Amino acid sequence: MEATKLMDEQVIVAQDLTKVYKMGETEVHALRGLSVSVRRGEVVAIMGPSGSGKSTLMNILGCLDHPTSGSYTLDGEEVSALRDDQLAEIRNRKVGFIFQSFNLLSRATALSNVELPLRYANFRQGRKARARASLEAVGLGDRISHHPYELSGGQQQRVAIARALVNNPAIVMADEPTGNLDSKVGGEILDLLLTLNRDLGTTLIIVTHDPNIAANAQRIVRVKDGSIDEGGE
Amino acid sequence: MTFGQVLFEALESLNSNKLRSGLTILGIVIGVAAVIAMLAVGQGAQNTILGSISGIGTNVLFVFRGNDQADVRNVRPLTEQDAEALSDKFAAPSVKAVAPILQGSAEASAAGETTTTTVDGITPDYDEVRNYKTSEGEFISEEQYLGYASVAVIGPETADKLFGRHEGLVGETVRISGQPFRIIGVLESKGGGAFGSQDDAIKIPLTTARSRVIRRSGDRVDLLMIEAADAASVGRASEEVAQILRTRHRNEIGKDDFTIFSQSDFIQTAQTITGVLTIFLGGVAAISLLVGGIGIMNIMLVSVAERTREIGLRKALGARRRDILVQFLAESSLLSLIGGLIGILFGWLIALAVGRIAVATGNAFAPAVSLNAIILATLFSTAVGLFFGIYPANRAASLEPVEALRYE
Repeated sequence: MEATKLMDEQVIVAQDLTKVYKMGETEVHALRGLSVSVRRGEVVAIMGPSGSGKSTLMNILGCLDHPTSGSYTLDGEEVSALRDDQLAEIRNRKVGFIFQSFNLLSRATALSNVELPLRYANFRQGRKARARASLEAVGLGDRISHHPYELSGGQQQRVAIARALVNNPAIVMADEPTGNLDSKVGGEILDLLLTLNRDLGTTLIIVTHDPNIAANAQRIVRVKDGSIDEGGE
Repeated sequence: MTFGQVLFEALESLNSNKLRSGLTILGIVIGVAAVIAMLAVGQGAQNTILGSISGIGTNVLFVFRGNDQADVRNVRPLTEQDAEALSDKFAAPSVKAVAPILQGSAEASAAGETTTTTVDGITPDYDEVRNYKTSEGEFISEEQYLGYASVAVIGPETADKLFGRHEGLVGETVRISGQPFRIIGVLESKGGGAFGSQDDAIKIPLTTARSRVIRRSGDRVDLLMIEAADAASVGRASEEVAQILRTRHRNEIGKDDFTIFSQSDFIQTAQTITGVLTIFLGGVAAISLLVGGIGIMNIMLVSVAERTREIGLRKALGARRRDILVQFLAESSLLSLIGGLIGILFGWLIALAVGRIAVATGNAFAPAVSLNAIILATLFSTAVGLFFGIYPANRAASLEPVEALRYE
């Protein structure tokens, strides 16, 4: 009983993750037996210098990549051994992504961009209404038929946030979400993310270089040489 | 994603780069138009040739000297005696009439004009066998045939060349190889055919021809035309003719020194020839369609490379391999389908234009766009789009999301 309750509380449980890239003859160990867990509703910042394995960890936690070994349970499902198409489905249902460069489809309107994850989920009934509600939640209810090039950087990132949230994911992975924005707009975006976390209970994982942003998180995970840097906290 | 969404996204994507999509489509348009037009020209040629063969008449047999099918030595010529033997109602009851023919070409002149034309030495049965009629005057009679008469029946085209008209010519004189012949009739026009115009000819009595125009040793003739009693007895007539000629020529079994052709043999031969012609024309045109397909592949590869980040994003949002594959295949097939439809229209217009030009230059020739060709071109062009789209689409679908998202 105790164990299941604990598991239920932990939305991310990753144990002994290793990732080895083969670059020709040489092997690069990006992760060396890293273990990390995140509670539901938590805001966690992942920090670390380039080459520390931070990106690799984010890719594995976001189900974009497989670990070489180790186990990873996301929202109660063991995902480390899933096939690519099964991982795609997990990403679709359980993970929302926010990128530094927004990554919106330039041809599509804000609404269509937010609809995209629902389309891949084969969600038919009420798709537009749900996408619109998500856009309203990030304060863009009056911009739904605008194209990305008609929106400011901050507005584009809001569309991206609406898109990340539209499927009610278990976790939202934000990779340098304010990196392409000036500090004022960046602050607004960060506030929005924290508000959504408070109001909706979304688990938020922010990957960043910026200590000021990391300071807003409830917990900071520092990665160094493919492992958690225990001494840093 | 539903089919409608896939189609809509593909259209949206093609629309976002109009010039590029347009040029790619143009490649397919040219290919399909060429295929349609060439098949139409081939089909038209076949129709024209088969039509002119049908004009010969269904119950006519041709007997030629020699035989390609067997190794025969001492090939005997066909003679007037052969013709007489074949006219024997008891030996060959299915044969209605026999027309031995001497064929040659000679210079004909009249009123200061000179032309080289076909001269046929014929017997009085000829008009019945060939189903010829005169627009004025008479055909060659038994008396004229037996009497070595210097008379001629002239074709309307030859008449036009020599006299500038083809009416009121009975009683005029035409010189054939320098010797005067009195015109006794003008042939009714039969139009141009696959074997040259049947209207550009002069018919004279076989006896006169042999002695004065077309010299042949003995009483040999070039060709026997045989009319069977009716269309149903063509096969029997052919057997009777073969039997009589075998006996007369003392042929060994299986080594006939003559060849009998019926209309259906000609049609078969012509169909084989025009079929090969059509395949050849279509094949040449298909190469341009292939080039168009390579254009699609090229542009789809560029598109995949350009949209690597988009593909990575879509995968991050939950697109499976199949979703990406379908998306790019939809784009390439749409390119080729649109190109195919426009190409059919263009090909049809080209075929029409070729027909107009043919008519304007005096050749009765109508290219025929067949439904088969249209279906073939549509299927083929869509298949080209699919085939040449598979490699780029597969490339897109196989991209690793991590790599694709990092792509600059």
